[in-house]
Amino acid sequence: MSSPTVLFDIPGPRARRRHRIGTFVGGLVLLILIGLALWRLGSNGQLEPARWAVLFDPNSGVPQAFGRALVNTLEVAAVAMVAATVMGALLAAGRLSDHRWVRVPVTAVIEFFRAVPLLILILFCLLYLPTAGIPIGPFGALALGLTLYNMAVLAEIFRAGILSVDRGQREAAFALGMRKTQVMTLVLLPQAVRRMLPVLIAQLVVLLKDSSLGFIVGYFELLRQARSLVEFFNFKFGDLYTFQLYVAAALIYIAVNLLLSALARYVERRTRGNTKVAATAEVQLPADVQMGGGGGAVPV
Amino acid sequence: MSFLADNFALLRDAFLTTLALGVCSGICALVLGTLLAAMRVSPVKPLRGAATFYVEVFRNTPLTVVFFFLAFGIVEIDLQFPTRFITAVAALSLYTAAFVCEAVRSGINSVPPGQAEAARALGLDFRQTLGTIVLPQAFRTVVQPLGNVWIALAKNTSIAAGFAVTELAAALVRLSNQNADKLLAVFLAIVAAYLVITLPSAWLIGVIERRTAILR
Repeated sequence: MSSPTVLFDIPGPRARRRHRIGTFVGGLVLLILIGLALWRLGSNGQLEPARWAVLFDPNSGVPQAFGRALVNTLEVAAVAMVAATVMGALLAAGRLSDHRWVRVPVTAVIEFFRAVPLLILILFCLLYLPTAGIPIGPFGALALGLTLYNMAVLAEIFRAGILSVDRGQREAAFALGMRKTQVMTLVLLPQAVRRMLPVLIAQLVVLLKDSSLGFIVGYFELLRQARSLVEFFNFKFGDLYTFQLYVAAALIYIAVNLLLSALARYVERRTRGNTKVAATAEVQLPADVQMGGGGGAVPV
Repeated sequence: MSFLADNFALLRDAFLTTLALGVCSGICALVLGTLLAAMRVSPVKPLRGAATFYVEVFRNTPLTVVFFFLAFGIVEIDLQFPTRFITAVAALSLYTAAFVCEAVRSGINSVPPGQAEAARALGLDFRQTLGTIVLPQAFRTVVQPLGNVWIALAKNTSIAAGFAVTELAAALVRLSNQNADKLLAVFLAIVAAYLVITLPSAWLIGVIERRTAILR
């Protein structure tokens, strides 16, 4: 069902009028609801400019704190993304190995880390590893947990990418007398990586979303930073800036993720027009992987 | 083993809470997500826009932030959910609905256009075409993706631990504080409890998929 209009006839003049009236009424109801919310906010004094000004006032230390928190968030996401990509590629190669003694344990590792909720992995790193003699802080625990989970997800994505390269490519490479390592590194991987690029960026969005779990384990990412600012300001001025600080943290998250999503779409468009990539099907992350936070299928 | 026996009540209650969270929000998300998918393919442009907006926003918002807003944000407009549990169900449903919508929409796209054309040729309107012809076929093709969304949802319930719902992840934190010497056993018990939900689900999804698959 390529074009969406196959489901309905093109609306005629009467249907269009009905739609216009419906849109008008619906829009009105929406405006009233938004107005009601704003009115409640206003009557609680949340819309006073002075309360919002604190977000942009360098003297309050709030912009700097959010800047640091954003850097913290991006830092943990970047570390985990790089580590997960490298480990994921290795695991994917392991899972595609010809040797059973490599393939079976690697498959077990991948499936285990996909089946356990991410939060449990992070808590395991935070709570158990120190007692086992490995000193690790919130940053390390968050980065390690994110890496373990995402390497398993990425391994599956890479495997699918390598398998989706046209069979003829591999056969031709073997026919030219290449060894299997050469076939993988010279023929299959370069094509798979180009096709996987938009998916990798989309996975970065998922990972960035998951880094907000740092809130629960006490890593100073955006949410935890907002929380600690709120506690600090509440102590000094009472419940003045709570709402504003939370809204700011949420908006920063959404803005960064929307930018990354747009980048992923842009890269995907460019890849699809590229004839060097033997892509036929549209490459997209499965819905459950996009959910993050321990998304990802469990093997049957 | 005495550790399991001592904490059996806590573990059982936590397990049931996790399961209830998952089932309640799964049903709500399925209904809301299907509605959103229907809106995204509807003839009315503003409805399409609204659904797209919803999906884009929730896909790019961390679940923790959604939780945060429903727990601490909406108090400012004098709204509040009656219990923590309902807050968690609302957050999980709103978040998951965006992904259910994506899965169902891909199912709708996979139904051959001839089906909808034939339905329209018979004089069915949009609602009838979608409800009686396209969606029943679409759901059959998305059993696997929807099942995976369910499993992801079951695992995502762990985030409710950060918002004072005593489910498995919260039980984990509590037990690990009490039994610092038996941490590994605590983790194994909690992971096993999650697997009790996810592994049979995965098996069941496979069964349902085989039963409902259409050969094309």
